[in-house]
Amino acid sequence: MELNISLSPDILFYIGSFPVTNTFFWSIIVSLFLIIIFVFVGQRMKDIPSKLQNFIELLVEASYSFVESVIGPGKKAQRIFPLVATMFIFVLVSNLAVFIPGQSAISINRDGGTLSIFRAVMSDYGLVLVMTLIAVITTQIVAIAVSGPFKYIGKFFNFRNPMSFFLGLMDLVGEIAKIVSLSFRLFGNIFAGEVLGMVMLFLAPFFVPLPFMFLGLLTAVVQAFVFAVLTLVFVSMASEAEAEASN
Amino acid sequence: MEIEAAKYLAAGIAVGLGAIGPGIGEGIAASKALEAIGRNPEASGKITPLMFVSMAIAESTAIYALVIALIILFG
Repeated sequence: MELNISLSPDILFYIGSFPVTNTFFWSIIVSLFLIIIFVFVGQRMKDIPSKLQNFIELLVEASYSFVESVIGPGKKAQRIFPLVATMFIFVLVSNLAVFIPGQSAISINRDGGTLSIFRAVMSDYGLVLVMTLIAVITTQIVAIAVSGPFKYIGKFFNFRNPMSFFLGLMDLVGEIAKIVSLSFRLFGNIFAGEVLGMVMLFLAPFFVPLPFMFLGLLTAVVQAFVFAVLTLVFVSMASEAEAEASN
Repeated sequence: MEIEAAKYLAAGIAVGLGAIGPGIGEGIAASKALEAIGRNPEASGKITPLMFVSMAIAESTAIYALVIALIILFG
């Protein structure tokens, strides 16, 4: 037996010329699951909540109060909360889906080999990159809306003296580095967890992989939290730029 | 040296060197957080999530090295 590790997800089938990969397939399943649960609970809100409604209310209330504690109460929190909470819940559920027992055994035959239908959703760099781009572009839009387009460009291209010109260029590099650091952190952690689990299963199939799976469980929760919190912190830093400038 | 051997060597060196810094940094973060909880046990609920976030950020340099190593090996 040899280890079957690839950076890119495997293509299951084609719709027209559009390749459907196993990560794409699972991200659709996770999205549908979340949409159905939240619409179902949202449609039938009761004064005496059911267990499911209780749980969802707890989740939403706790994350809303956390967002308020970071960005401050009021309109800002209300505007950024849907984006950040959606990112958190989506990343969390798709990371935890790895731990559904038996899912990796479901596979299809293709070209003499087997293709697993399941693959950790966040181990597809394309999806992580798109989510990071959404976060970073939101940050830039907030910065432009808060300080105005000219001030925004003036932050990066500053000709007053050579030192501030250099610092402005470094700021520009920093904004671009956000894309790399945010996306590689999530992708690297989840992909490394997958590889580690696979290698451990390969070396010793029973009991030995358990501590590593526990570590993976911790990583799944912490990385979802970190991704959402960093997005929140970037946006809140961009929205506070105006307060400093006007003082 | 053959190119395959050089690849394995490069991947090992990349992860090994890249893991030194985050190892030290996370140790410092954890020790300071535990010290803070020891001084003020009631604040542990606030300190623990912040510790996890900062440790995950410190860890990311090791993860970059790991991603590079994985790209060398399987890319």
